[in-house]
Amino acid sequence: MITLLTLFPIAGGLLVLALSKLGDLARVVAVVFAAGALAVAGLFWYGLDPRNPGMQFEEHHAWAPALGIAYHAGVDGLGVLMLVLSAVVTLMSLAASWRNEKHGPVYFALVLFLEAGLFGTFTALNFVHWFIFWELSLIPAFFLVRIWGGNGRAKAAAQFFLYTMVGSVALLLAFLALFVATGQFDFVQLAQLGRSGALTTALGQNLHWGGSPEHLAMLLFWAAFLGFAVKAAVVPFHTWLPSTYAEASSETTMLLTGAMSKMGVYGFLRVLLPIFPTQMQHAMKPLLWMAVASIVLPAFAAWAQKDLKRTFAYSSINHLGYCVLGVCVAAKFTGSDAGMAAEKAAALTGVLLQMFSHGLTAACLFWFIALLERRSGGLRGIEDFGGLRKVVPVFSGLMGIAIFASLGLPGLNGFPAEFLIFKGAFALAPWASSAAVLGLLMTAVFLLTVIQKVFSGPVNPRWSAMPDLTLTERLALAPAIALMFVLGLYPQLITGMLHTTVMQWVGGMGF
Amino acid sequence: MSPILNAVSYAELLRLTLPEIAVAVAGLVLLALDLTALRRAALKLRFGVGALIGCVGCLIAAYLLLHAAVLGSLPEAMFVITPLTCIVQLALLGLAVLTLLLSTSMKFTANVGEYLALILFATVAMMFLVATQNLLLIFVALEFLSLSLYVLTGFDKQSRQSAEASLKYFLFGGMSAGFLLFGMSLLYGVSGSIELPKIAAAVSGPALDPLLLVALVMVAIGFGFKVAAAPFHLWAPDAYQGAPTVSAGFIASSSKVASFFVFGQVVMVGLAGAAGHGAYRGYAPGWVPVLCVMAALSMVVGNLAAIAQTSVRRLLAYSAIGHAGYMLLGLIAHTPMGTAALLYYVITYALATLGAFGALGSLEAEGVDKIADLAGLYRRAPGLSLCMLVFLLSLAGIPPLAGFFGKFYIFAAALQAEPHLGLLWLVLLAVAMSAVSLYYYLRVLKQIYVVDGARDAPAIQVSLVTRVTVWVLAALVVVLGCAPGLLLRWIGA
Amino acid sequence: MLAWTIYISFLGALAARLSPSRMLARVVALLTAVAGLGIGLVALRHWVPGEFLTVARVAWIPQLGISYHLAADGISLTLVLLTGIAATAGVLFSWNIEKRTQEFFALYLVLIGGVYGVFLSFDLFLLFVFYEIAIIPKYFLIAIWGSAKRGAAGEDAGSQREYAAMKLALYSFAGSALVLAGMVAAWVASGGHSMSFDALVAAHFSARLQMGLFPLVFVGFAVLAGMWPFHTWAPTGHAAAPTAASMLLAGVVMKLGAYGCLRVAMMLFPAGMDPWGFRVLGLGSWREVFALLAVIGIVYGASVALVQRDFKFVIGYSSVSHMGFVLLGLMTLTQIGLDGAVLQMFSHGVIAGLLFAVVGRMVYDRTHTRDLNELGPMQLAHAIPFAAVTFILAGMASIGLPGFSGFIAEFQVLIGTWRSFAWMIAVAGIGILVGIAFTWRALTKAFFGEATLGAVEHALPPITLPETLGALLLLASTLTVGLYPRILTDLILPTLHSPLFEGLRRGAWR
Repeated sequence: MITLLTLFPIAGGLLVLALSKLGDLARVVAVVFAAGALAVAGLFWYGLDPRNPGMQFEEHHAWAPALGIAYHAGVDGLGVLMLVLSAVVTLMSLAASWRNEKHGPVYFALVLFLEAGLFGTFTALNFVHWFIFWELSLIPAFFLVRIWGGNGRAKAAAQFFLYTMVGSVALLLAFLALFVATGQFDFVQLAQLGRSGALTTALGQNLHWGGSPEHLAMLLFWAAFLGFAVKAAVVPFHTWLPSTYAEASSETTMLLTGAMSKMGVYGFLRVLLPIFPTQMQHAMKPLLWMAVASIVLPAFAAWAQKDLKRTFAYSSINHLGYCVLGVCVAAKFTGSDAGMAAEKAAALTGVLLQMFSHGLTAACLFWFIALLERRSGGLRGIEDFGGLRKVVPVFSGLMGIAIFASLGLPGLNGFPAEFLIFKGAFALAPWASSAAVLGLLMTAVFLLTVIQKVFSGPVNPRWSAMPDLTLTERLALAPAIALMFVLGLYPQLITGMLHTTVMQWVGGMGF
Repeated sequence: MSPILNAVSYAELLRLTLPEIAVAVAGLVLLALDLTALRRAALKLRFGVGALIGCVGCLIAAYLLLHAAVLGSLPEAMFVITPLTCIVQLALLGLAVLTLLLSTSMKFTANVGEYLALILFATVAMMFLVATQNLLLIFVALEFLSLSLYVLTGFDKQSRQSAEASLKYFLFGGMSAGFLLFGMSLLYGVSGSIELPKIAAAVSGPALDPLLLVALVMVAIGFGFKVAAAPFHLWAPDAYQGAPTVSAGFIASSSKVASFFVFGQVVMVGLAGAAGHGAYRGYAPGWVPVLCVMAALSMVVGNLAAIAQTSVRRLLAYSAIGHAGYMLLGLIAHTPMGTAALLYYVITYALATLGAFGALGSLEAEGVDKIADLAGLYRRAPGLSLCMLVFLLSLAGIPPLAGFFGKFYIFAAALQAEPHLGLLWLVLLAVAMSAVSLYYYLRVLKQIYVVDGARDAPAIQVSLVTRVTVWVLAALVVVLGCAPGLLLRWIGA
Repeated sequence: MLAWTIYISFLGALAARLSPSRMLARVVALLTAVAGLGIGLVALRHWVPGEFLTVARVAWIPQLGISYHLAADGISLTLVLLTGIAATAGVLFSWNIEKRTQEFFALYLVLIGGVYGVFLSFDLFLLFVFYEIAIIPKYFLIAIWGSAKRGAAGEDAGSQREYAAMKLALYSFAGSALVLAGMVAAWVASGGHSMSFDALVAAHFSARLQMGLFPLVFVGFAVLAGMWPFHTWAPTGHAAAPTAASMLLAGVVMKLGAYGCLRVAMMLFPAGMDPWGFRVLGLGSWREVFALLAVIGIVYGASVALVQRDFKFVIGYSSVSHMGFVLLGLMTLTQIGLDGAVLQMFSHGVIAGLLFAVVGRMVYDRTHTRDLNELGPMQLAHAIPFAAVTFILAGMASIGLPGFSGFIAEFQVLIGTWRSFAWMIAVAGIGILVGIAFTWRALTKAFFGEATLGAVEHALPPITLPETLGALLLLASTLTVGLYPRILTDLILPTLHSPLFEGLRRGAWR
């Protein structure tokens, strides 16, 4: 079942390539397949038993048993959430490039391949199986940036690729050490060993390591952390992100920020927190500092940007920072403290919500930028516009909604997520949360600045003839905007499904 | 000591020397025939008939060696015929036949009879040389051989190089004979005998007589000249370059086989007790350390100097010096396996060298002397090029050609000779130098196969006899390499 | 039947040489190579894990106890398969050779025959014979049909490729000279009765002798495996060779060296890897010395590849880097590390073949330049998209992305390294990263360069059918092994448990 879901976009991509001579038909096929994938992902959502804390829809096949490699796929609440998010974002991105003449069949095929990579990453439960998709999703993304990006695309793609690779290699080496120690690559099994503390013991026994096993375990944790931190753009490993997001075509950036950046956070939740809980607790201080830095500094940086895409790129780092903060604080105390369990559950639920909501919001924002770029002939500086509210009211209104969602206005999807994170974090790590509030403030400042400079003020005569959104565009955007409201008003749509998963994490943290 | 003549039965002498006599008679017959009946015939015909007679003589001798009962010995160790000497004599006869066949296409001289007869006489001398264990006879035979070779070297009367080579060869050879004679007389003085087995009995003992050491060094020097081992190799490059090609091939092949065999007889039989040790940490005085030094020097000097050569024949000469170094390893081992390895090596080496010189000889008319002149040969003479490839790669020691197994065998013998792999240092040096040798052989092959010569250069005409002879030699090199057992069965310990 | 891989190759060489027409020579060569591959596949199909298959055993030189002993175990079979694949692809990628075609394929097939012989020999002497047979054809293939470095033309080009060819031949021969010395010593020490591997393993050489012979023989073979600092023949040789020869050199010939290291040096002299009992510069055994050289090779090869302007040199140095993983895997002396090393031999053979095919055949034969700076403006990704896609896939395989064979191989080597030399893992990791960097650099520079103003659109000949087939064959191989590694690990792992490798199963082995 999961395998089918993963293969579905690949089949679509190949079909698109095969039909590449037929021009527009390829687009239709691509969108059909993306929609199909969304439908199947929806079926998973529907079919998931919300009370079952374990993995569901599991598939397990021996692959290379001597090496501990197996084909092991399965989903829990987190997995399903990510599947749906990927499917949604992919469909949005394809819809956004519907009218982009530069994007030929190869582009659509690569997008579908990327979607397959995301599906695989979010469902694989054996490290090697997972790593295949983790790495392979990078390749289409790289070429999407490299071939269809802006003028600085070569440098940006290189930076993107190499940064991610550094993280991946560190991650790989760390997991090899875990395998040497335990003979296991299975996330579920490793998590059990990690929780019981047997992992450190095994490391001491089975590796010819000069120092103490605790140090080695810490080293391995940081290596794995590096892998995910690069992907989730935790400051100071974020420097690839602004240039990549800015240089990639906006439709590509939708995918990068909407779905790919979540791979890092997913790794925090699926790997770091369950397998390295002790190490995470020991490393709490630097982790919190990084989380706070990821929230605060990009907010200031975003304020200083003159380019809309860079602004929202920094804003993405800032939003991912909340997720990191939420995950980190959850590892703070032992799970026996019942009072704290509720706070942790709140923080983690907030993280999950934030992942989904940021994916949706950021994808929307870049979609709007794509539409704006097409109308302005590629211009996207903050100072280039002004008074668009009067010229293109529908566009401005809808984009305003997205910006406010990003800002965390109650009633929109950003609010419950950030609220839950801070609710948990304030109790668990007061000083860090207090510092992070500054970030919250700055986010409001720069987003409002954008609104003011782009939509308000005197009309820039250059754009007085700018056409407003067409009917098709409005229809395409409508579901996304609607979803923002739905999630803002009724977050239980997601949290209900996630509850057992979160509680299992919280309960599992006892050591 | 009783007078020698009394002890010799002439019938026995005749029986034992029948093969040599057959060759000598053949030589005389062809000389006579060439001077009388064929005097005015065409050069080609004279060579053809002469070579035919010579070959018949050699074949008769070979037949006698194989089928008549020639085993036995004469008193005073004047003549000791063992199965092993028979094999060596057979090999010498075979080489003589091939040399005769190769000489048929020569054009530089009108004195056909003399040339071919000299080859046969030299062969006779060599056959005597390998069949005796008597110092006096060894010396006489050696001088007989040397004189024939001096003349063969200087046979091209039009060529100044040939004359110079001959003179050099003669002067060095004369000097070496002096050393040898001096050494032999000392040996006689120390032991009171000229028979090798008796000398061995007299000199063996825990402490070496200082005089014996001098004798030993003198003998080593004398034979060192003969086998062209460094540092007594100086004549070889000039002789190989100046002599008529076939003569050079003959000197490099047949005379090498005989000289090494007799060298082995002298040191292994005559000086059996004075061997000493050449191991890295087990040094003991004797002839082995002397030969170790000679071997090491030969390998280094021969192979390194060969790199710098531009003339093919000088290159082959220096490579011969290097090969002499490897062959000395067989002597240094002085075990039955060492002897077998030496014989295998020297015989297969002789085949390859003779082949190389034979092939070069047929190119002589095209003015080939420098390595660069060989450019594009693969187009002009594809068959000959292939044979040249076989010969040179065999000399370099590339399997599956005979040279490779020879090297393997002789290295193994040397290592086995001393306990705890004592001679490993020498073997490692040999191995390293053989790696060097590939470089200069490949340089020649590069010109032949890789470099394109002049586009319009005509194909080279090679006479049928030469072609067949060269092909036979190449085939022998390949067959003996693929199936060394064929030869080992005869010479194996 | 496996022995026929050898005979067919030599017969094919003869037939190709005597072919009256060029096309016939090509077809003969292709049929020969395919037949070799076919035989390997049939053997694979009937293979029972852990099987030891004696193919032929007859006395050859009875006086010395040398026999014509051909046999195959899982490791041999793996490499026989690799040879078949590389040979077939090589013929396909040299379809366009017009100069002395018959001779080219004759030499090519002789080389192949020698390689098969090495992998199937079970007598040390025989192995060495085949090993050396492979040297001479290499020399001529490069010297006659090679290409020169960038910018060189005419006389200069000729001397350059001859230099490379000579260097390669001499390095190989010098290495094999060491092996020869070690082989003779082993034969003497074992009593001189037999050269068969089983007899030599049973001879149980003294620890002191093993300690002396192991480095001798290991270095001798490792020269051909491109071990730093004896690697310098590899980049020049690979770069100067014609495409098919580069493919074979990197693909198969370097494996001869690695195979020799395992089959001869390690299998016969396992005690040579024991600790010395003292430490020099922190190193306490030959094993650590060679492991260190291997990781240096990994990083060094990759770093040098990073700054090359000549496309072929990039790939040439990458071979040095990747072969470092093979040697490192061997030296870990763990089951998984050795498995990874053999797998890496296979994997690198296929991948390097593919990379050289793209660079040498698809790109160079069309553009006549290998200078990355000149290739950039040609917009090759648009001109020959198939080449670009192939190179992307090959590059992905080369940097060890999961799903390709390189990943599963390096992955195991690294596991072994964690187990044996944990401190080296970081160095190896850096090597991987630099490897990623140079592959990416070559890819973008060569195929995705920026079009300069006024650049003429180059009309390049389209990719031919043989090229397509060859590329697909190699890609299919690396993907098959990458996605289903058991196809080979089931061959290799049981073999490592055979009595022959008894001496290796100690220490960190598990």
